[in-house]
Amino acid sequence: MYPIVKREKLADKIWLMDVKAPRVAQYCEPGQFVIVKIDEVGERIPLTICDYDREAGTITIVTQTVGASTERLVALKEGDAFQDFVGPLGCASDLIGEDIEELKKKKIVFIAGGVGTAPVYPQVKWLHDHGVDCDVIMGARSKDLLILEEEMRAVATNLYVTTDDGSYGFHGVGTAQLQALWDQGVRYDHCVAIGPMIMMKFVCKLTKELGIHTIVSMNPIMVDGTGMCGACRLVVGGEVKFACVDGSEFDGHLVDFDQAMKRQLQYKTEEGRAMLKLQEGDTHHGGCGHCG
Amino acid sequence: MDVLNKVPVREQEPAVRAANFEEVCLGYNEEEAMTEAARCLNCKNAQCVKGCPVAIDIPGFVSQVKEGKFEEAYQTISASSALPAVCGRVCPQETQCEGKCIRGIKGDPVSIGKLERFTADWAREHGIKPKAAEQTNGHKVAVIGSGPAGLTCAGDLAKMGYEVTIFEALHEPGGVLVYGIPEFRLPKQAVVAAEVENVKALGVKIETNVVIGKSVTIDELMEKEGFEAVFIGSGAGLPKFMGIPGEQAMGVFSANEYLTRNNLMKAFLEGYDTPIKTGSKVIVVGGGNVAMDAARTAKRLGAEVHIVYRRSEEELPARVEEVHHAKEEGIIFDLLQNPKELLVDENGCVCGARVIKMELGEPDESGRRRPVEVPGSEYEIEADTVIMSLGTSPNPLISSTTKGLETNRWKCIVADEENGATSKEGVYAGGDAVTGAATVILAMGAGKAAAKGIDEYLSAK
Repeated sequence: MYPIVKREKLADKIWLMDVKAPRVAQYCEPGQFVIVKIDEVGERIPLTICDYDREAGTITIVTQTVGASTERLVALKEGDAFQDFVGPLGCASDLIGEDIEELKKKKIVFIAGGVGTAPVYPQVKWLHDHGVDCDVIMGARSKDLLILEEEMRAVATNLYVTTDDGSYGFHGVGTAQLQALWDQGVRYDHCVAIGPMIMMKFVCKLTKELGIHTIVSMNPIMVDGTGMCGACRLVVGGEVKFACVDGSEFDGHLVDFDQAMKRQLQYKTEEGRAMLKLQEGDTHHGGCGHCG
Repeated sequence: MDVLNKVPVREQEPAVRAANFEEVCLGYNEEEAMTEAARCLNCKNAQCVKGCPVAIDIPGFVSQVKEGKFEEAYQTISASSALPAVCGRVCPQETQCEGKCIRGIKGDPVSIGKLERFTADWAREHGIKPKAAEQTNGHKVAVIGSGPAGLTCAGDLAKMGYEVTIFEALHEPGGVLVYGIPEFRLPKQAVVAAEVENVKALGVKIETNVVIGKSVTIDELMEKEGFEAVFIGSGAGLPKFMGIPGEQAMGVFSANEYLTRNNLMKAFLEGYDTPIKTGSKVIVVGGGNVAMDAARTAKRLGAEVHIVYRRSEEELPARVEEVHHAKEEGIIFDLLQNPKELLVDENGCVCGARVIKMELGEPDESGRRRPVEVPGSEYEIEADTVIMSLGTSPNPLISSTTKGLETNRWKCIVADEENGATSKEGVYAGGDAVTGAATVILAMGAGKAAAKGIDEYLSAK
């Protein structure tokens, strides 16, 4: 069992948890993910590693509720435990493997959308700890959905906060902020974008025009997460890749986002039904026209 | 009783079992087993033993069954096999022990598989365990993967006195026995979990949720955690696809995904969170045992199921019994046909396949006649689910993170057939990670050979 040693609400539907998992914490790197399973009947849920403490043997995960399984996940309390917690999975961020002096010459920008801010944080922190400058554009739909702003401010060279509704910071999406900076003469040659697929798609469209090399982190549907089931396959540069062993980071300019977004919908109806059943319990008798 | 005919084994009626996940074959009872065992000629130069990859003393245990000495029969089998209840169910006996049975030259061979199954089930029901080593020798060995190769290697080493730890990537031990082979062929709780418990009873420790190559590497296990030898039995890997248009559509799955959702994650049971798309008309592409398992699973979930295979019935790689069971259950075989393209609707969901008819030409390098397309024979069939069962290619996690481990051009680990030794000192390998997708018993044979190899290596050190 893997106990939850800390649980904190970051924003509406977004929760942070520190989980004791010494084997995972020992060798994990920014960019990798874990798979958690709540109990016997639970799904295997992939979650990006948001921070780690090798000495304490803990991993930080941030979850946004999107369905019945994530609702069940965030309902766990401090002191509860996951039945299974496996990792680190996937490849470490490309930046981690590069020469520090080379990295220092780069002009790096991170663009984080919504809960994607969480996996961006360990990468920015790692660069900061190694003396590498980088800017961060982080956004959410509105002010109350922003997460980890203070933490990010402490490690980013320049932090630009955006909200879609203008309730805080720059009024607009991350791509608009990047365009605005570019128009002011700010230049970048490396971009890392993590967030909803639609956001990553539009970041890549812009950075392609601007000629900025861009890495994205893909989070498709997974089952085992260890390179066995092929559920997480996606097309990158015309080739079939598996996010769990080849990724989860890919060259954003080569990813077929339209196809990836469609595949994401595979179990949407089932998830929706399961969520309604959970929320409404025995009082849910269909009638919505969507249940069989 | 006619000695030429085997005692028939009781099975669930096809129409009944096609709608449930209970085991198809019900096995022999004591009386049936003793009657069947009496058909054995007890050959001096037993050919059946030569057909068994783990060389079980078959005439020995069969004659004990004949005399009703079931516990002794179990100890005879477990001297050679760690997983008799599994092997009795899933081994291709028709090409191994039973294929060589002298009784089978004229009439039916002795039903060795069903007798093995009976003996193992009897022992489990009577609480009989395999015999553990009296004391450990203090040497630590790590086994990667708890599938048939890993469990066999670990069990054999533990019997010799080694301290063995199995590292399993998934949350449940058993490997393909748990995620791949369905409940109706191999019950998970009653059979697989019990066999795993038997291996643990020999002193083997099992650590789940550890992905070797990610959570910890082989080099770290040997340098930092004190393991003197390692056996890699990590199994086959990533599923293959055809590379035809439409394969990324929703509703297209690898057999691995479909079976993992259903078997490991128990999607077919009420109350489990993992979803599975049941489909109303399912196409399974491929003709191996895994294709049969996927097809029969989809049937039980309520679909009309077609197996699309590019060669003819004679070339089907699946076991005869599996094909027979699938047909009885109403699986439709569309043979000598091959999909050219999967058809996708406006929502991105698969809605059918464009299929071309095939005919058999000259033999290819595998010795089987090569299927060639019949020009102008293309047609379309409807389907809302397509399951690709085309085999797997090796998982790169271990070979890419272990220094000095040689792989071949198919990315399989290179290991000596005799003793499992790899290019790296102290590291042994066997099973699908070495051979590519094969059978449970071949993996067990490799696990057994490697246990012997590891023992020789550590004894000489």
